[in-house]
Amino acid sequence: MFGRLAAQRLNEIRTAFRRTTQASRSFSTALNYHIDTPDNNPDLPWEFNDANKEKVKEILSFYPSNYKQSAVIPLLDLAQQQNGGWLPVSAMNAVAKVIEVAPIRVYEVATFYTMFNRTKVGKYHLLVCGTTPCMIRGSRGIEEAILKHLGVKRNEVTKDGLFSVGEMECMANIKKKDARILK
Amino acid sequence: MGLGLLASRALRSSRILRSPSNGGPTYFLRTIVSTPELNNADAAAAVQGNPPPPPDLPKRNPVGGARVHFPNPDDAIEVFVDGYPVKIPKGMTVLQACEIAGVDIPRFCYHNRLSIAGNCRMCLVEVEKSPKPVASCAMPALPGMKIKTDTPIAKKAREGVMEFLLMNHPLDCPICDQGGECDLQDQSMAFGSDRGRFTEMKRSVVDKNLGPLVKTVMTRCIQCTRCVRFASEVAGVEDLGMLGRGSGEEIGTYVEKLMTSELSGNVIDICPVGALTSKPFAFKARNWELKGTESIDVTDAVGSNIRIDSRGPEVMRVVPRLNEDINEEWISDKTRFFYDGLKRQRLNDPMIRGADGRFKAVSWRDALAIVAEVMHQIKPEEIVGVAGKLSDAESMMALKDLLNKMGSNNIFCEGNGMHPNADLRSGYIMNTSISGLEKADAFLLVGTQPRVEAAMVNARIHKTVKATHAKVGYVGPAADFNYDHQHLGTGPQTLVEIAEGRHPFSSALKNAKNPVIIVGAGVFDREDKDAVFAAVDTIAKNNNVVRPDWNGLNVLLLNAAQAAALDLGLVPESDKCIDSAKFVYLMGADDVNLDKLPDDAFVVYQGHHGDRGVYRANVILPASAFTEKEGTYENTEGCAQITLPAVPTVGDARDDWKIIRALSEVAGVRLPYDSLGAIRSRIRTVAPNLLEVDERQPATFSTSLRPEVSQKVSSTPFTPAVENFYMTDAITRASKIMAQCSALLKK
Repeated sequence: MFGRLAAQRLNEIRTAFRRTTQASRSFSTALNYHIDTPDNNPDLPWEFNDANKEKVKEILSFYPSNYKQSAVIPLLDLAQQQNGGWLPVSAMNAVAKVIEVAPIRVYEVATFYTMFNRTKVGKYHLLVCGTTPCMIRGSRGIEEAILKHLGVKRNEVTKDGLFSVGEMECMANIKKKDARILK
Repeated sequence: MGLGLLASRALRSSRILRSPSNGGPTYFLRTIVSTPELNNADAAAAVQGNPPPPPDLPKRNPVGGARVHFPNPDDAIEVFVDGYPVKIPKGMTVLQACEIAGVDIPRFCYHNRLSIAGNCRMCLVEVEKSPKPVASCAMPALPGMKIKTDTPIAKKAREGVMEFLLMNHPLDCPICDQGGECDLQDQSMAFGSDRGRFTEMKRSVVDKNLGPLVKTVMTRCIQCTRCVRFASEVAGVEDLGMLGRGSGEEIGTYVEKLMTSELSGNVIDICPVGALTSKPFAFKARNWELKGTESIDVTDAVGSNIRIDSRGPEVMRVVPRLNEDINEEWISDKTRFFYDGLKRQRLNDPMIRGADGRFKAVSWRDALAIVAEVMHQIKPEEIVGVAGKLSDAESMMALKDLLNKMGSNNIFCEGNGMHPNADLRSGYIMNTSISGLEKADAFLLVGTQPRVEAAMVNARIHKTVKATHAKVGYVGPAADFNYDHQHLGTGPQTLVEIAEGRHPFSSALKNAKNPVIIVGAGVFDREDKDAVFAAVDTIAKNNNVVRPDWNGLNVLLLNAAQAAALDLGLVPESDKCIDSAKFVYLMGADDVNLDKLPDDAFVVYQGHHGDRGVYRANVILPASAFTEKEGTYENTEGCAQITLPAVPTVGDARDDWKIIRALSEVAGVRLPYDSLGAIRSRIRTVAPNLLEVDERQPATFSTSLRPEVSQKVSSTPFTPAVENFYMTDAITRASKIMAQCSALLKK
């Protein structure tokens, strides 16, 4: 009798804890698989520009020639900077070509790190901290306000292409109540 | 106070509420470990710290007959598994040491043919003086290590890992095809808890399209990455990867891409859960309903060892059997999925073509009588017999004996060409042996594309190239390779250049310690075959390819029947015999070129499928397929193996040799054997090596005894011997699954 009551109560507490039915997925801006879109598909040509080609050489010089694949993260970062803050699939293919690995090895890295954006982001990519202390201090409210002001949903880009909003992990700025990062 | 604290209080109070003296029904108690003292690891360790177990433990047997091989006796170290001392070579992992000691450690990500990932954590064991349980699959065993696999800490660790694995695993075992042969199911029964504490939503993952062979239910995936490692290490296609992080992690190809490997079906076997299952087999049968018959694959010349799983009269699926010397534990997609061809287009009644050109079913008596009558009206030299690529040695022997008794010696096996060199066995088998290829450090492939001709041989070459960075030179038409290779040329002139040392690759061959030359059986059909082989022999002589301790000169055959046919001496007397033939006996031969056959020739087709050979046939004699009969097949390396009947044959079909024996009776030239055993004693007089089953018989004489040839190589480039990997014989051409695969291949 008591046992059943306790179980019932426990269940109620659990239900109260449960937020939405949809468990939140990863924090990065895209799904873990690629869907062809007109502005993001493997057929689009993509190459490092001439200035960055120099940088690619410099980055590769940091690593032994038989461990070129170690340069994957700096090169992806370079590609992302060149491409306005996001990585189309053809850019990842270009990186794979430079470091002479199969493209899937680059996709693996790019999907792992949340700061590689695999879908288009705005010129200013706003990231709101979603970690517990910030959440308790009202980061959700801030995010809502931003989203309402811009009139977009999370991970969407405004029509003028200027802003996009995402969520990120702790930046160790807890004292400042809430952290936003501009990119 | 956080809500979490509240919840834990609620938990605690529920435990208090349960009175131990109650004696009544056990109330709800949320704890994962059934014995409370195990909750405290320290106490559990203290219990374990008892005096060491007595040394006179019962002898344990290694798991699965695991054998220890000491490459260097000085490197042996001793470890203790549950107090039982075991000697192992240096560099073995803790898990392997446990296996030798007879303890089967549960595992998901570890696979002994793949690299070690160590990410499932299921193989945790306790090691003395180690602060935490260690992942035994990734931990090298050190001398004197005291491994404990049965302690409370190890058990609790497994239970915990299992709970996490089951957290996001759907409870769909009743509709899962892996049910009954699922590692997760078995191990959660053996090592898991009876309850879990996870009450949140389970995650779900989008299914991936990996083609017509592999069905994916990615939500069931436990991220062991076996398939990822298999694809890149064994199959040699870097398509699969682990995408995302944390709970969002999933296996996929990222971009929409099919797995373009001829070995992709093996991911079904290595997947420990039901995430990757067989698409053609989906929802067809449960594995405990199936009868397994250990047999041999005949779709190529490798002779992969397979198990034919059947239910009643139907072959439900084909899975590989372990054979270290031939196919390890993989099989090609053709071997695994061609079985639905056994149910289509079968010939089930003897038939005679009437005057109107249509076939009419008749009785065996009538059919044999007509064949015998026609056979006697024809001059002996105009009788030709052709053995098909799926023929077993017994029926080929019977056919040859029958034709010889009729006075003809025009009998050959398709694929061997009209001038086969059957005198020197080393001239048509793989002398290095398939497993011997692993010792090679340079390959020269002549007119062969092993990836489509013999996928399992290609897997060996890939393994060797991956392990030792062996150089591969290839002479032949542009082809698809899944390892680094140099395309040296397309025609035989390149061979002459290498033989004369003018080619850059000849220095690579010269410097190699164990060079291997593989000549494709497609060369047999060339006019300048002897010159090509002479050039190959020169290369072999110049580069020390054939030595007393190493024979690197190989021929890679295409069909299951070829080696046995040459052993039995199926050599036509004249190469124009088809052009002047009046009576042709096709024993399952569908790919023989009958264009030059005179129109008035009488053609008997004996076989199991209504394939190409039937179009020209006057009489059809239905025979049983290899899944329905016992027969000896010799693979390309010269190893004779036996198929066993798994299912009853269809309709009125009979075994090939029985039909020929019956025909000989009707024709009045009775063959002196009434059983398989009797035919085999006849084979003993011709090719005794065919009776040494499951043991490779190396060739005795080397090809250096070949006569000198004055022929010059022609400038015609080599042609691909296999156009379509998925459709090479009558059975695979009748298969719907193979048709789907070839449609994708063409895209």
